[in-house]
Amino acid sequence: MPYQSVAAVYKLVKAPIYSHCFSQDKSLLAVTCKNDCLVYRFDNGPAPQLVATLANHDKTVTAVDISIHGRILTCSQDRNAYVWEPLSDGTYKPTLVLLRINRAATCVSWAPNGYKFAVGSSARIIAVCYYEQENNWWVSKHIKKPIKSTVQCLSWHANGVLLASGGTDGFMRIFSGFIKGLDNKESVAGSPWGEKFPFGSLIREFYHGSYIEDVQWRSSVEKVGYVSHEGALTVVDYANNHAKVNAPDGLPFNALLWINDHEILCAGFSNHPVLFAESGANQWQFAKDIDKVIASASSPIASGNEDLDESEDANGNGTFGISALRKFKQLDLKGKVSTDVKETAHENTITQLLPYAEANGQVSKVSACGLDGKVVIYNI
Amino acid sequence: MSQSLRPYLTAVRYSLEAALTLTNFSSQEVERHNRPEIEVPNTSAELLLQPMHIARSETEQVLIEPSVNSVRISLMVKQADEIEQILVHKFTIFLEQRAEAFHILRRVPIKGYSISFLITNKHTESMKTGKLVDFIIEFMEEVDKEISEMKLFLNARARFVANEYLGEFVY
Repeated sequence: MPYQSVAAVYKLVKAPIYSHCFSQDKSLLAVTCKNDCLVYRFDNGPAPQLVATLANHDKTVTAVDISIHGRILTCSQDRNAYVWEPLSDGTYKPTLVLLRINRAATCVSWAPNGYKFAVGSSARIIAVCYYEQENNWWVSKHIKKPIKSTVQCLSWHANGVLLASGGTDGFMRIFSGFIKGLDNKESVAGSPWGEKFPFGSLIREFYHGSYIEDVQWRSSVEKVGYVSHEGALTVVDYANNHAKVNAPDGLPFNALLWINDHEILCAGFSNHPVLFAESGANQWQFAKDIDKVIASASSPIASGNEDLDESEDANGNGTFGISALRKFKQLDLKGKVSTDVKETAHENTITQLLPYAEANGQVSKVSACGLDGKVVIYNI
Repeated sequence: MSQSLRPYLTAVRYSLEAALTLTNFSSQEVERHNRPEIEVPNTSAELLLQPMHIARSETEQVLIEPSVNSVRISLMVKQADEIEQILVHKFTIFLEQRAEAFHILRRVPIKGYSISFLITNKHTESMKTGKLVDFIIEFMEEVDKEISEMKLFLNARARFVANEYLGEFVY
């Protein structure tokens, strides 16, 4: 079978999808849709089935994440976040998270162990939340300083302590999200990023200047990649080494994903993913486009029967009516589309990339969601 | 298309493509609000990006003001004489009164410009960005043509009226 870059396309909703997440076994898919979060089940059938609508939010849901235990976490511009516990009958029980923020929540991320999560917000706060047994709800601790603007993206290190964040203030910062009683010091012993990790301490700060759209850890090589609004991918490490590569299309990326230790997939406003590869020590370069449409010289649709119109004109009878007809025909073709233009799988901006199939640290399939209401699975 | 129009439109096209990279961004000033940041007095300067000013001549200019979730595009339409000034004014007023049907049209142009568009993240989410850019470029192309056509028409009509009227006095 020939190589196909697009494995599957699911047109789910008419509204934009800002965020999506598959469950651990890829049987469930949660997507944001306006004020709700929709949960789909992937059976053997061709189309996913809608199994639940999580509708507690009253403003746009901005992000969704599913923990390794199957708990769904949603956050919204109404300043709240909910943890949805799956029940045995297929429904979900919501628990409000005490975020204590007074602006929109913008992004969420479960820690790898699934016992705590981080929520970024427009209130210039990152809330690290964990479950408190005595009170039976999720409580939060705040990271405030020195964030100066909206937090747009978060990523946990595999050790569950280091938390990378980026936002519209143009800084990529690494904080410690160490919660006493939940994390133990062994998990960060020997970390090259520092000695001590008290909660909320700023471990490292990288100034970039333009909005940071997404940030991702690669724990095995202790590197962080981030994409920014001026259309660049940057990779930094603990020694403050710094490699930057520009987008080939000139349009910014919204998401990035480490494929393996030496390759990163980015996607954003150009509607198709782009693969970057490490070409040497601290050097990255463009590797290939995935699912890119090569513009072919194509002619717009012919405007009906032109010969006929002209011959009638020549006869001179009914010239007035015909010319008016032609004028309207031309008006009708104003927004002309040619039929043989091939579209990319995503017709609008891609907002998030997640690994779909992974083996031995190598991602082979990637799922992407976009503003066109689709979830697309790409082969790498 | 004349020789100098093409590079002008190309410059506008690429600037627009770069500016129309918008995200859904909730206000960080006002609780539970989501508003076009370019249109509100803003205390967070980082949300407004560098404005782009493209000029073909003194009378034909475009100002593109991008921000994190909205872009304002203002056009100055060529007005060579007083008749064109009147025509452009009438034409833009006609469009602005029907701004609801145009989605991206701003009801009032910003000072010094003939017509303004406001594109927010809602528009880029529901429409294709490429088509939005095409629309603005096409509008810029068409509006000049339309105005000069209207002017010719007006002149022809004036000449005809003058002929008819003054013909009365010829013996």
